[in-house]
Amino acid sequence: MHKTPLLDQLESGPFPSFVTDLKRLAATKPQVNDLLGQLERSYVEKITHWKHGGIVGVLGYGSGIIGRYSDLPDEFPGLEHFHTMRINQPSGWFYTSTALRELFDIWDEHGSGVLNLHGATGDVIFLGTRTEELEPAFQKLTAKGWDIGGSGSAFRSPSCCCGPARCEWSCYDTMEACYQLTQEFQFDLHRPSYPYKYKLKFSGCPNDCVASVARSDMSMIGVWKDDIRIDQAAVAAYIGGELKPKGGGANLDKLDVQADVVDLCPTQCMLLDGKTLKINNKECNHCMHCINLMPQALRPGTDAGCTVLLGSHAPILEGAQMSWVIVPFMRMEEPYDELKELTANITEWWSEHGKNRERVGELIMRLGMRAFLEAVGLPPVPQTVRVPRANPFFFWHQADFDAEDAGRKYHTTK
Amino acid sequence: MALPKEELVEFIYKMVEKAQGKKQLKAKDIEKLVLKEHPDQPKNDVKYAIKDLIDGGRCVYTYFGGSFVEIPHVEGAAKH
Repeated sequence: MHKTPLLDQLESGPFPSFVTDLKRLAATKPQVNDLLGQLERSYVEKITHWKHGGIVGVLGYGSGIIGRYSDLPDEFPGLEHFHTMRINQPSGWFYTSTALRELFDIWDEHGSGVLNLHGATGDVIFLGTRTEELEPAFQKLTAKGWDIGGSGSAFRSPSCCCGPARCEWSCYDTMEACYQLTQEFQFDLHRPSYPYKYKLKFSGCPNDCVASVARSDMSMIGVWKDDIRIDQAAVAAYIGGELKPKGGGANLDKLDVQADVVDLCPTQCMLLDGKTLKINNKECNHCMHCINLMPQALRPGTDAGCTVLLGSHAPILEGAQMSWVIVPFMRMEEPYDELKELTANITEWWSEHGKNRERVGELIMRLGMRAFLEAVGLPPVPQTVRVPRANPFFFWHQADFDAEDAGRKYHTTK
Repeated sequence: MALPKEELVEFIYKMVEKAQGKKQLKAKDIEKLVLKEHPDQPKNDVKYAIKDLIDGGRCVYTYFGGSFVEIPHVEGAAKH
């Protein structure tokens, strides 16, 4: 075993340590012992000893395998090749123990046994195998119904929250939508043909448990159009203290509905009249604060669908950017044709105009939201206005004058 | 005039071969170059012609800060 005094310190804290896990695995996997040795050396020297490969993969696919090599193969022979495989996760990360065992057995046979559940895109990440083991591992995975996920300039494996499977607030079937879109874009997922990565995430309600607004290029966040459903008897029970806030999950024994809910409403659209709660739903911005605190009294409406947002990414130089609304409300029903068509239109426009490594959000910032909306055939709506315009100059297009002559307020393709 | 499938595959292969070592071509670059010479070629034909080349092992996808279509070559990072 390599000596790892610096790594050993990471085992001394109160939390479970990956070092302990790796040491356990190193007893049967020599490459994991080398992994610990190289990591210790990187901690001492404060530089990485990994090299990024660019060619390894499985036949027919351009995605899902990330080449990794050590720059110290003589010292750590187990890391001469240490490639990563991304395995497309099931929607909502639901597994049976049999399914997990299948995955782990395959990785134990063909790889280091080190894995990550789950990576940033949601995939199951298998860490560490040799080039000659990639194809056999892939064959065994596909024989069991698994597939590898997206990487590189491709459609990345879509991910979603558990949706209606375990959450009563879900405004649409996130898992079905995620599965359908994954199937629809299989070609683009496995064969990189975009300027850069394109991520999709599905959240069932505005709580956005998968953080889609910040972590995916295109977010589908569940939302409702009608009124929040109120059970006034349950409201009275919250006021009386019979019901605990957040289903008992908050640090409060008794909810002060006026102070904790009504006064904290960001749009001030609530009124507590004695023991009756009134909501001016036209002013509600679906922040979910009241519903989260009083889940037995309040529920999202039933006229539900999703809001589609676009453009988040986190470039190192410019800093993180959140998605912004492009479709305020879309009905989410099988076969999700509207969403599939919109996704195809967006990726087509972006592929046509995007520079290498330019995300769709960056392209919109470069060419303008107007160019984007016209190209994908979306109407301009007030919800797409993210911030008030700071530039007093507006460059009218001939199409705007033509629209004005035709009696319309502005030019729109729809 | 649009090329028949086999000719299109060869046309793209020669394009990738000629660019090898000089310029890395993305799938979209290939599509744009094909359409420049054969404007009536359906885009889907180009997509599936690239797929043919990849499935047959004559070309591979590579990743060097972006995904490209190239002739198979030795992985530089794999060398000692």
